[in-house]
Amino acid sequence: MPTYTLKVNGQAHTINVAADTPLLWALRDNLGLLGTKYGCGLGLCGACTVHLNGVPVRSCQTPVSAVGNTPVTTIEGLDPAGRHPLQKTWCDHDVPQCGYCQSGQIMTAAALLKQTPNPTDADIDAAMAGNLCRCGTYVRIRAAIKDAASLAAKGGMQ
Amino acid sequence: MKITTPAVSRRDFLQISALAGGGFALGYALPGTALAQAPGLDNTARAFTPNPFIKITPDGIVILVAKNPDAGQGVKTALPMLLAEELGADFNKVTIEYGGLDPQLGAQFAGGSLSVPMNYQTLRRAGAVARTVLVQAAADTWGVPAAECEAENSTVIHRPTGRVLGFGDLASRAATMPLPDEKSVVLKRPKENKLIGNRVGGVDNPAIVTGQPLFGIDQKVPGMVHAVYVKCPVFGGKPVSANLDRIKRIPGVLDAFLVEGTGDYYGLLPGVAIVADSTWTAFKARRTLDVEWDEGPGAAQSSAAYEEAAAKAAAAGGKEMRNDGDVAAKFASAAKVVEAAYHYPYLHHATLEPMNALAIPTAGGGLEVLAPTQTPDDAKNVAVKASGLPAEKVKVRFTRIGGGFGRRLTNDYVAEAVVIAMRVGKPVKLTWTREDDTQHGQYRPPAWHYLRGAVDASGRLSAWQNHFVTVGLNSDSEPARAAELGNNELPARFLADYRLERSITNTNVPTSWLRAPGSNGLAFVFQGFIDELAHAAGRDPLDFRLDLLGEDRVLPGSGQWEPPYNTGRMKGVLRLAAGKAGWGKKLPKGSGQGIAFHFSHSGYVAEVADVTVTPDGALTVDRVVVAVDVGPIINPSGAENQIQGSIIDGLSGAWLQELTIENGAVVQSNFHDYPLLRINASPKIEIHFIESDNPPTGLGEPAMPPLPPAVCNAIFAATGRRVRRLPLVRTDLAWS
Repeated sequence: MPTYTLKVNGQAHTINVAADTPLLWALRDNLGLLGTKYGCGLGLCGACTVHLNGVPVRSCQTPVSAVGNTPVTTIEGLDPAGRHPLQKTWCDHDVPQCGYCQSGQIMTAAALLKQTPNPTDADIDAAMAGNLCRCGTYVRIRAAIKDAASLAAKGGMQ
Repeated sequence: MKITTPAVSRRDFLQISALAGGGFALGYALPGTALAQAPGLDNTARAFTPNPFIKITPDGIVILVAKNPDAGQGVKTALPMLLAEELGADFNKVTIEYGGLDPQLGAQFAGGSLSVPMNYQTLRRAGAVARTVLVQAAADTWGVPAAECEAENSTVIHRPTGRVLGFGDLASRAATMPLPDEKSVVLKRPKENKLIGNRVGGVDNPAIVTGQPLFGIDQKVPGMVHAVYVKCPVFGGKPVSANLDRIKRIPGVLDAFLVEGTGDYYGLLPGVAIVADSTWTAFKARRTLDVEWDEGPGAAQSSAAYEEAAAKAAAAGGKEMRNDGDVAAKFASAAKVVEAAYHYPYLHHATLEPMNALAIPTAGGGLEVLAPTQTPDDAKNVAVKASGLPAEKVKVRFTRIGGGFGRRLTNDYVAEAVVIAMRVGKPVKLTWTREDDTQHGQYRPPAWHYLRGAVDASGRLSAWQNHFVTVGLNSDSEPARAAELGNNELPARFLADYRLERSITNTNVPTSWLRAPGSNGLAFVFQGFIDELAHAAGRDPLDFRLDLLGEDRVLPGSGQWEPPYNTGRMKGVLRLAAGKAGWGKKLPKGSGQGIAFHFSHSGYVAEVADVTVTPDGALTVDRVVVAVDVGPIINPSGAENQIQGSIIDGLSGAWLQELTIENGAVVQSNFHDYPLLRINASPKIEIHFIESDNPPTGLGEPAMPPLPPAVCNAIFAATGRRVRRLPLVRTDLAWS
């Protein structure tokens, strides 16, 4: 089996897996980074969202062979101390119900805020529409993103 | 925080917790597991453990046990809040642990919106017992009367002198003192509450937002292998043979075999197991799997055939279930008679975390199961049966659940993991693919309602007749699970002339309880048809409903699943929702308001939906106003979360979802053909509580049933189009 060296959350990891192994399963089964979730395997739900060089991607649709040297960021590496403005406002607004989709929601939202530091409702809807929440926490996701944007504007963003 | 040391002793854990300073539920590792769960509260020397729910160590750590599984309904937060309130603990500094499956903790399940009502008194008393002893311990220490002392923020304060002792300082002394009778302890009066009624965030939130391994699918142990389990697409079918040799030659595949299974649709179905060194290897190997199935007689079944059978049954008449007064006479003398046929389809739970379980054969011939189950007790029974081991050799622990909605009340996935683990003799993590999950669910049963209603000259509902056609599971005579209609369901008992007939369509599709079972379909039909009758009578739909509910009174209940019905409380939420929504305002064509109410799980809920429909039929649900009376609210943040979730869930199902059967198998497979509502279609949601002084009841379910009819009634108001069949996407809403 081929060998791949993945740069995940600032650390290099060398693994032996089939070339078509989705990044999702390499993260979960090989690297033990379990925050990235499996929901659909077809890029339909967004639970597996990670950043490749800061861009949100569906890790279930990204084979390890396509990752190369591109730095990968997962929910575990979004902020070294777990204090990204979104992580804070997600708690302030008590967003999670079951919580299963929330890693993916936060990773997508983090990429949105990087691109659009002050998003409107329409910006949020457009960016977040690919992330399903079965529990229906959408109302709070909107509010938490807006709050995180103001927090970041005040210097809270890393 | 996460501790990855393979073995952490209780004492180490407590030290680590103390170093961490508390603040949130702390994850700690049991030997070899990724996730943390309470091993039960042991009696560390000098700790104060007055009952199985509370433990206070001399170093001041207050541990509260969360006894029931949390599937997102918030009970891992709300139930410990009850303990903390009476205990006088600082909730920001307590450590909350899942209790594992332990008979000392009482019934442990997540279902029926029952966690709060079944535990409210028990947990408050448990907290009050502990507080009474701690206060006495402080009073004894100071030599003052206990009446002068009060527990607050995990301390006891002597009011006259302001002296303070921490719970930790008192733990050793309290541990030696006799416990008061729990019936004799004094509970706080509502106005004395300091924690209940406050907005408290979920105790697992910090772990969730940092991606900690809380869920069933995240569990792992050394030496664990990964499995998939492939069942016949046709319900009731079984494998005859498969290309197992070919599968076993795939690199990374460790084993592949047929499992005989049983005929129990809720237990171990026959199938093919593939065991591999990783999840992906197992998922990929199944693409190469070629199975010869014995599909059985089910292969001839289809949704279209069920529909035909229902229509045929309707024409023939059904079995009389209830017959009050003389509906025929009322129809003959009515001012208006309305007839309509309603239908709702199969729905799937579609939890975002697919079914999974970890089964671990342990030293000495035992078995341990870690699973995201709503019913750990049943999971144990299932594991005992599937393993053939004696009950005392089987241990079950439950994890946080990535969505339940009723699907995980059944433990079929546990049976599969156990059988595979027993066969390979290694820890086995079974993971269902999304396609497995969609096509081997236990679905919300469909039904057909053939209705006839009458209004009299005064514009009141005067007679109601329903021929309810439901499904049986391989039966013509018994409704399938969750496919019943209670004989007392409104408007039964609210009318002198009421008739209910029932027919059963034979199917071989397993059904089960989905959030607000029964109610989730019935409210759509009854609140929709009531709306039709109100319009036929030329009445305001709100007034018509208030008239139907009648005088304030309590209709008696019958057992746990049919609580008493307080008409005054229902009228209260109807009026509140209408008032807050600006009910009755004039709206242009294409905009409309709809109202609906429903009583389920002891909860009184009314909702008003505001919708806009473009002339070409594009629907927007602009706003939903919700009024709820479930008594006092323990955690408003959690309660509102459940209501917001119920609105989105109800809208998702009513608008988009339909599961269909062709050639005996489920047609849909993933979120492209079984969609969930997305953020861009979510309405504004406004929530209002009537915090009556009735005993508190649960909120996981009752806010969902009124949503579909409120939206459909609003669509009628906006367009004149009456939706009698779900999902909404099947009805053309265009108007001119």
